Amino acid sequence: MTTTIEASAPILELTDVGKSFGNIHALRDVSLSVRAGEVTCILGDNGAGKSTLIKIISGLYKHDTGTYHVAGKPMNCSSPRDALDCGIATVYQDLALVPLLPVWRNFFLGSELTIGPWPFRRLDVAAMRRIADEELQKMGIHVPDIDQPVGTLSGGQRQVVAIARAIHFGAKVLILDEPTAALGVKQSGVVLKYISAARDAGLGVIFITHNPHHAYLVGDHFVILRQGMLDLSSPRAELTLDDLTHHMAGGAELEALKHELQRIDVPDLGAVHDAQEKENA
Amino acid sequence: MTAGGDPARITKRSLGRRFVTRPEVGSLVGAIAVFALFFAVAMPFRELDSLSTVLYASSTIGIMAVGVSLLMIGGEFDLSAGVGVITSALAAGMFAYELSLNVWVGAGLALMLSLGIGFLNGYMVVKTKLPSFLITLSMFLMLQGLNLAVTRTVTGSVASPPISDMDGFASAQKVFSSTFTVGGVSVQLTVLWWILFVALATWVLLRTKVGNWIYAAGGNADAARAVGVPVNYTKIGLFMTVGFMAWFVGMHNLFRFNTVQSGEGVGQELIYIAAAVIGGCALMGGWGTAIGAAIGALILGMAQQGVVYAGWNPDLFMFFIGATLLIAVVLNLWVRTRAHRR
Ligand SMILES: Nc1ncnc2c1ncn2[C@@H]1O[C@H](COP(=O)(O)OP(=O)(O)OP(=O)(O)O)[C@@H](O)[C@H]1O
Ligand SMILES: [Mg+2]
Repeated sequence: MTTTIEASAPILELTDVGKSFGNIHALRDVSLSVRAGEVTCILGDNGAGKSTLIKIISGLYKHDTGTYHVAGKPMNCSSPRDALDCGIATVYQDLALVPLLPVWRNFFLGSELTIGPWPFRRLDVAAMRRIADEELQKMGIHVPDIDQPVGTLSGGQRQVVAIARAIHFGAKVLILDEPTAALGVKQSGVVLKYISAARDAGLGVIFITHNPHHAYLVGDHFVILRQGMLDLSSPRAELTLDDLTHHMAGGAELEALKHELQRIDVPDLGAVHDAQEKENA
Repeated sequence: MTAGGDPARITKRSLGRRFVTRPEVGSLVGAIAVFALFFAVAMPFRELDSLSTVLYASSTIGIMAVGVSLLMIGGEFDLSAGVGVITSALAAGMFAYELSLNVWVGAGLALMLSLGIGFLNGYMVVKTKLPSFLITLSMFLMLQGLNLAVTRTVTGSVASPPISDMDGFASAQKVFSSTFTVGGVSVQLTVLWWILFVALATWVLLRTKVGNWIYAAGGNADAARAVGVPVNYTKIGLFMTVGFMAWFVGMHNLFRFNTVQSGEGVGQELIYIAAAVIGGCALMGGWGTAIGAAIGALILGMAQQGVVYAGWNPDLFMFFIGATLLIAVVLNLWVRTRAHRR
């Protein structure tokens, strides 16, 4: 495999990146590198700064401090379009697809194929339908009807359509913001499978999630954010699922919480119970 | 295979249901019903001449409905479309008359003005991110005031000056307001323009990039932006398309009647929106067709003339539109929930 050479040079490299909103430090001194053929998992609690980080990576926000390089050059994309041209594709949980548009139109949205000279330039409908169908087949999803509105697909299928689209349009880096958050076990499994398919296709994948189990199934490198700062950044080899879960839950904090819960549990509920019984009587 | 549907589910989306969930099918049924109604109750409605009158009434609503429906599919409204027609006609008349220009030059200046108004509407909507309802309501009120005030200041009356003896009037009238004869019946040229605009809009919507962008901008603007669709340009372009159509209908009014009353146009914007909605365009965008809007305009045209032919109180026209609209929106709701159901 040639990936050993590629793997040594990161596609994306963030060094000591920071971002503030007014006096809120959403991110401080975050360093991260993303390599081709690797899945980098970003974990963290609500408000830890995950979304802010990916918005910087995908060019929606400009970082305040630190440096951000794409393929060795400073990143200066200011729109999702620019970022796409740099090979960075982002699949957001909710805003990946247009529900009422047919599958094939969604697949090519923003990158439509056309034929004919200008005043008569038109969509190459036949080619678009065929390619969309082929690409989805390649990913192993069988959409019953390429003309059906995307809104009629299941949540997992929709994510996979978005992933297939990013891969087809030559993304080098694929960012997935909590793709499994709203999905059931089976559907999550489908999405995780395609995440590893994307990695095997040579993409650098950034996978944002709350769920250490999902992360550990596909991740090569794990980053945990806490209150805008790096809490952990470690390759898979140096970590077990237990470590990850422990870190993710806040380690020591969890132990304390466990104790606390054990202490209050019984007497408090008992008291509530008594009170209720008195009321009923 | 986990990601695929099982075959039993797939067959459910039958050909019949796909037909029923087309945006324009409900309105087509409606059009046939309205036609049958007036055919039954109004004797004069059955004559060929009446058909020509109905088509003419439909075309003046329908040309505007083309722009308004595209805009609505793109997720926005234009409440200034009705008075915008009059603004354009007044401007062309007054420019030509006051500056003693060829009427074509006046028409050209009016076109700039109409496109400019459309641009301003669109620019303010995408910059402020306020609902287009508010922006274009403001524009509507401002234009309504300006139409009256500027006309009175410039001409000293409530109408634009007569321009029928000016250079270029004859040729402009040929383009915007002439008639042709088919099978002994005289038909307004606007009917052909209407068909042309509908065909063009249909082609753009279904067969070009821009059409894809219009549906996406109205269906999920954030998703469209995230994959690189220039949503803001698309929306501004749609407002300018409404501006263009307003200019076209304005020119028709001007060259048909030679002069235009400055207080007209108020309330028409709702007729255009009604045509689009009756034709199956979703109020919130992302769904609809230009052909649907044309059928909507046809229903309104039939109603407008049918009420007269039937000898009913003409005031009932508005009631009729209201009732049709109500039925259409309920029908749309039903179709949409069916389309979404798996
Ligand atoms: N546009 C903004 N303006 C002001 N503060 C912001 C903005 N965006 C994010 N923040 C703040 O930055 C912090 C990090 O937010 P962020 O959305 O990145 O968290 P997150 O890790 O994605 O959380 P979640 O898991 O809930 O999605 C939060 O305290 C949030 O309030
Ligand atoms: Mg977030």
